Amino acid sequence: MWEYTEKVKDHFLNPRNAGQIEDADGVGEVGSLACGDALTLYIKVEEGVITDAKFKTFGCASAIASSSALTELLIGKPVEEAEKLTNKDIAEYLGGLPREKMHCSVMGQEALEQAIKNMRGEAGTKAEHSHEGELICECFGIFDEEILRAIKENDLDTVEDVTNFTKAGGGCGKCIDDLERLLREAKGEGSCPTPSEAPAFPAQGMTNIQRMHLIESVMDQDIRPILQADGGNIQLVDIEKTLVTVKFMGMCSSCPSSKATLENLVEAKLKEKVDPSIRVVLEG
Amino acid sequence: MNTIYMDNNATTQVDPAVFEEIKPYFTELYGNPSSMHRFGGQVGVKIKEARQRVADLIGCDPAEIIFTSCGSESDNTAIRSALKAFPEKKHIITTAVEHPAILSLCKYLEKKEGYEVTYLPTDEHGRLDIEEYKAAFRPGTAIASIMWANNETGNIYPIEEMAQIARDNNVIFHTDAVQAVGKVPMNMSELSVDMLSLSGHKLHAPKGVGALYVRKRLPFRPLLIGGHQEGSRRAGTENTTGIVALGKACDLARENMDVEITEVKALRDKLEAGLTQTIPDAKINGDPENRLPNTTNISFGYVEGEAILLMMDQLGICASSGSACTSGSLEPSHVLMAMGIPFTFAHGSIRFSLSRFNTEQEVDFVLESMPKLIENLRKLSPFSADKEAPAITKSFKG
Repeated sequence: MWEYTEKVKDHFLNPRNAGQIEDADGVGEVGSLACGDALTLYIKVEEGVITDAKFKTFGCASAIASSSALTELLIGKPVEEAEKLTNKDIAEYLGGLPREKMHCSVMGQEALEQAIKNMRGEAGTKAEHSHEGELICECFGIFDEEILRAIKENDLDTVEDVTNFTKAGGGCGKCIDDLERLLREAKGEGSCPTPSEAPAFPAQGMTNIQRMHLIESVMDQDIRPILQADGGNIQLVDIEKTLVTVKFMGMCSSCPSSKATLENLVEAKLKEKVDPSIRVVLEG
Repeated sequence: MNTIYMDNNATTQVDPAVFEEIKPYFTELYGNPSSMHRFGGQVGVKIKEARQRVADLIGCDPAEIIFTSCGSESDNTAIRSALKAFPEKKHIITTAVEHPAILSLCKYLEKKEGYEVTYLPTDEHGRLDIEEYKAAFRPGTAIASIMWANNETGNIYPIEEMAQIARDNNVIFHTDAVQAVGKVPMNMSELSVDMLSLSGHKLHAPKGVGALYVRKRLPFRPLLIGGHQEGSRRAGTENTTGIVALGKACDLARENMDVEITEVKALRDKLEAGLTQTIPDAKINGDPENRLPNTTNISFGYVEGEAILLMMDQLGICASSGSACTSGSLEPSHVLMAMGIPFTFAHGSIRFSLSRFNTEQEVDFVLESMPKLIENLRKLSPFSADKEAPAITKSFKG
């Protein structure tokens, strides 16, 4: 039996704000039946402030309590503040969660992000995962980026904790080696205290020209081949400091998911391989 | 609040008569049964009686009973013994729905010791295919280990037939009968079973005692090496209180066998029928034709098992679930997965397992409470019969 705090039990037995908002401004759906827990979060926003939040959750006691806590945290908060909420805030609000149940709070954070993106018209209600991220845990469909983020935000040290927070590795266990690698990777770059020895990002300290060359080579080596595989292509139109303007060609120009490709592939790659402050926009 | 205990496949209440029987062996009768003095010897006499009582329950000779510490030890001893007796044979036959005591051991043997294991699959009701079983035997098969009854669904497997098939193939046959002993009649003298595991705490004895039946003249290699206890087949000073308790519990089980297969079954049937009739989207998992009389495994669609259990706990009702959140791993029960139960239902599975200590009033209380409880959780759920989410919402590579 899990050791739940009184607050978790209370929010499980008397969930606050359960239900749905018919005319919600933002909806975020995360998780799935296969994974054993799923949360749909509805938010109502007026003049930049979340005036109402409701949830529907399939899952264990801590999943229901985390959802309930999340809505309580959200109501009355400006969106800008709400955006800064993390899974830790949800867990803290509940007086802590058993380590094995931390993934329930992570689910809350993910639903919130999705609902805010949805509200801004940037995304649908469900998270579209970039095909370019590396699928680490096949059992639960967890990608490397989610794992790396959980490691960094919660300062995780062990594979067991990665499983507790993200579920990755909790099924067949085949990806344990990958989780160890990601832990090493995250520790290597995330908490590096000596910026003078290793640059925080590849383009740090580069001249404008050098950075433009780097962007071009990342486009050629990391982005274009992927688009070409699907019959598309991309053209570099302009680079102005960290603002990169591009144009999609071929199949990409008519592809309905080109917006997602722009964000999840083009921008993500450039952020990763050149400079995290890069923004990519379409021409026109 | 009264406790309504319907989790008897997890463990059982110690029968008050069993407790009475063992009390003196905690206090004045503390002798070592192996001692030469009468003080220890009288404990030895009691252990002999216990051995006879266990043998009577399963229909074998007392010399064929080895006392162990638990079902898992019995299972490990049986498999290891067969493998050591036939070191040239490197193949094991078992099922995909065994208890972890067998399953994890087989996976370990596969990974670390180079054995090959055939895990027989099941159909959607958890039934095995006898033809597939027959076809699994090969010249290098050392042992076939098939559970008598499944702990989660209560399914009973055709042990008589399966043991005979193993004998026809000259292969040792072991059965993990931890869930079956005391719940259904059995007679080893009429079967081709070579080894059988049983556990005390599943039949109203305390935890920490089990037994392994080993057919006479079967090649046997002990797991624990040391003193000459149990005919040098299991070293270690006897757990006298546990053994005496197991003996008494087996005696009571024999006396109550009729109760188990009539009254307990009637309660189970009432519970099962009531729950599936009053609650929509409730499905029985298992083989309705061949099941333990005390067990029902019901999936309540679109809600999660741990949440159901904790709600039940608020009312004092104890049961188990095959959901991911209640298992150590994050995946639902391997038994339900092997049966191909959809995730929608696997996560919401609840096992009720009764005993002769349950009453009709308790069943009625559960029947009154459950519909509302499930309805409340379903109100929270984003899924329903009309809106079922795809199994995986995330997109995968390739």
